[in-house]
Amino acid sequence: MGMKELIIDYVKDEYLEEGDETEINEGTPLISSGIVDSFSMVSLKMFLEKTYNISIPDERATTEAFDSVNGIISLVKEFAPGAE
Amino acid sequence: MSDFGSYEEKYREFDWSIAGAELGYSEGTPLNIGCYCADRNCERGLGDALALIWESNSGEIRKYTFSELKLHSNACAARLAELGVAPGERVCIFMDRIPDLYFSFLGILKSGAVAVPLFSAFGEDALRTRMEDSGATAIFTTRKHLRKVRRIREKLPLLKHVIIVDGEGMALEERESVFSAEKAPTVESYSAFPAEPETPSVLHYTSGTTGKPKGALHVHSSLYAQYLTAKWVLDLKPGDVYWCTADPGWVTGTSYGIIGPWSLGVTQVVLEAGFIPERWYGTIEKFGVTVWYSAPTAIRLLMREGEATVKRFDLSSLRHICSVGEPLNPEAVIWSQEVYGLPFHDTWWQTETGSIMITNFPGMKIKPGSMGKPFPGVEATVLDADYEPIAEAGKPGSLALKPPWPSMFRAYWNSPETYSAKFKNGWYITGDRAHIDSDGYFWFVGREDDVINAAGHLVSPFEVESALLEHEAIAESAAVGKPDPVNMEVVKAFIALKPGYKPSPDLELSIMNFVRKHLSPLAMPQEIEFVKSLPKTRSGKIMRRLLRAQETGEEIGDVSTLEDD
Repeated sequence: MGMKELIIDYVKDEYLEEGDETEINEGTPLISSGIVDSFSMVSLKMFLEKTYNISIPDERATTEAFDSVNGIISLVKEFAPGAE
Repeated sequence: MSDFGSYEEKYREFDWSIAGAELGYSEGTPLNIGCYCADRNCERGLGDALALIWESNSGEIRKYTFSELKLHSNACAARLAELGVAPGERVCIFMDRIPDLYFSFLGILKSGAVAVPLFSAFGEDALRTRMEDSGATAIFTTRKHLRKVRRIREKLPLLKHVIIVDGEGMALEERESVFSAEKAPTVESYSAFPAEPETPSVLHYTSGTTGKPKGALHVHSSLYAQYLTAKWVLDLKPGDVYWCTADPGWVTGTSYGIIGPWSLGVTQVVLEAGFIPERWYGTIEKFGVTVWYSAPTAIRLLMREGEATVKRFDLSSLRHICSVGEPLNPEAVIWSQEVYGLPFHDTWWQTETGSIMITNFPGMKIKPGSMGKPFPGVEATVLDADYEPIAEAGKPGSLALKPPWPSMFRAYWNSPETYSAKFKNGWYITGDRAHIDSDGYFWFVGREDDVINAAGHLVSPFEVESALLEHEAIAESAAVGKPDPVNMEVVKAFIALKPGYKPSPDLELSIMNFVRKHLSPLAMPQEIEFVKSLPKTRSGKIMRRLLRAQETGEEIGDVSTLEDD
């Protein structure tokens, strides 16, 4: 599974209620739409760090960077250039 | 900006009846907050003025006048009456910051029922605890939040009505109905419940160190204090466009995100979206926000975002800015003066106090980092261990307030003993520690208990520990507040695992998400430390104090009762 699909699946599984059919794609706002809040971002960040064996500095884990799957992918690739 | 004038003079000559006179209240007539926030504005010629400018997550903008606010809240009140919800019954609100939240809040008050606002990110355990304790008979909610309600409904026998405000066309289950205030038949005139000053109005749950969350019960005369503090501290005036960033699931979001501004007939902005610096600045620019009431965590994140982002927006409409929730660090006050040209005015109060108690007034000299001075009509002090006021300037003590004041909580729901325990020697004990300097300014020192202040919201370590123990891998746990540069504190959990489980990043993430879903994102441990066992007293009680000291670097103190050295 590619990075995009993996992150989308994780967000759906962890942050949407069971049965919530909200469409999430790579451009869906996550923070500004209330799907993920700034506190929950910590567990999303940890998931990324664990999955890609990276460490994202807190100052880079901003609400803007985490506001879409695309943003998250860009951030992860900065720290794990080879990840797909 | 307004000049508050002589603080000493205002304090000396103050009487709460000022609020009653300005609100046009006369003794013996009804004092219903719902009517004062909506109908009264129509009666005094503000019917066509904007009450609410709302922007959705997706950027849709809706505007409502005070006349519409009156009609939509009438419709909600009428709906409750149709359903047979009687005055005094508790009615929950569980939804995101959408217009129906505001209509239903005022509608509940107009009906004479007690509004119980619940934070929309609560997980099902947090939701159930509060609904169970309040004995709520009805709830206003949305499709999005209905799933959580359905999962716990069987455990709530008193809950008779689940009202879904956006449920058109959906398959309903028992006790559910669909109702939209905007689509319902217009109710031009509704005979609101003739609330008396001591009639219960709002029940807000707050966390303590031990036991379940406590419901702080407020009454309709809280309006006096919310009105006057919104006028004098937030400096709200006709023509203002005001933005309170707090969610009405917490007390700031009702006292100053609904009651204070609307009792003054002021237009407010509500942004459904979460915190994104550009979206926030864009909101100020787009709607010409003049007065902004926010929280230190958001302010510190905006500081981190930096000045370059600020410069991309026209924030010149702002004239007064305030902060609440946790102590505002001096750097934030200085930074806001440099960047916005305005200093943040810190305000201090609690769920239990219902309105601002200690504050930096407009025009008053701000000492960055200070809570400010008591609001006129509020007698505040710091007490020693014998609950006697400390006369010596700069000496820390227990921050206490002399009861009563109009917005003081009148009870902890179902917990008379806990309520009584909050009053000692004629003072209300706030649970905070502070000192008073020689100029009469109050300075926050810390909490007296183990309650965790996560981004301005109190989190009970007991509630977190109870949720943790439901996780299959956890044998015992302790939750403490860990100092955090942005959020003031975050939850840190110390966890001893059951035999057969080993610490791992997967398990850590599983535990974090478990608490987030059961309680709320605020209660989710941001850090987990796996330990073999937890330090306990000889009687077996976990010594959180010791663990907290490890995090804060405080003196550990007496450990003579410790089980293991």
